Amino acid sequence: MSFSIKKQGEICVVDVEGQLIVGNRQELKQKVLDELEKGEKKFLIDFSQTGYIDSSGLGVLVSLSKKIREQGGELRLANLNDDLKTLFELTKLDTLFQIADTRERALESF
Amino acid sequence: MTPGGESEEHNRSHRDARARIAFDWLIPSDVREIEPIVEQVTKECRVLALSARQCALNVPVALTEALSNAILRGNRGIRDKHVRVRAMVSDSSLVLEVADEGAGFDLDACTVDPTSPGNIEREDGRGLFLMRSLMDRVERFDDDARNVVRLTLHRS
Repeated sequence: MSFSIKKQGEICVVDVEGQLIVGNRQELKQKVLDELEKGEKKFLIDFSQTGYIDSSGLGVLVSLSKKIREQGGELRLANLNDDLKTLFELTKLDTLFQIADTRERALESF
Repeated sequence: MTPGGESEEHNRSHRDARARIAFDWLIPSDVREIEPIVEQVTKECRVLALSARQCALNVPVALTEALSNAILRGNRGIRDKHVRVRAMVSDSSLVLEVADEGAGFDLDACTVDPTSPGNIEREDGRGLFLMRSLMDRVERFDDDARNVVRLTLHRS
């Protein structure tokens, strides 16, 4: 599992490779918060290479969403597979996040 | 082989087909242990021909939640305390048991609805809800001074 952050224009694109679970969620949180502290405002988290997400991973996404919003920023999610979509629907987090089918659509939505 | 022997062999085979222990592991209380265990169980699920969704979503997420609770809440992250993970499989279902050394908890009282407007933006409180949403049955009981969570998933 790993997280990589690349700048695409003024947008920070985060790729989640592997699982986002209790053992690594703090790493993702810290990486995004570091960018937020540097003044970055627009974030896209891409799940095209993600296996599964547990409740603590979902919790970190909720927490980041709040912190980014508080700083006047925006967060988009992209490329959830059908299983991950189900997870967001079960928890109704699909109503909290702006979710795009593809990375391109997410980038266009800012 | 005597007729009696054949019958005994047949009965044993029949019992094995109905339920067998797929694995039985004892792990230290460390969240880094979760991913390799879940990976092993998921592989076993594929061998058992559970559905793709059960292998990719139901089992890994529910088991991760149960292990996480056992390690962080039941055993309070004390590495010297152990978590026992067992899986029983049969023609009709997969049963996972996760046992810790904690005092146990009231499953119903501890399950909150994370989808309610007051909870939707909470960072925590989705673990038991997900377990119960993704498994056909979730039970908690005490067994020999251990707190056990049993997850049952029927083949779909």
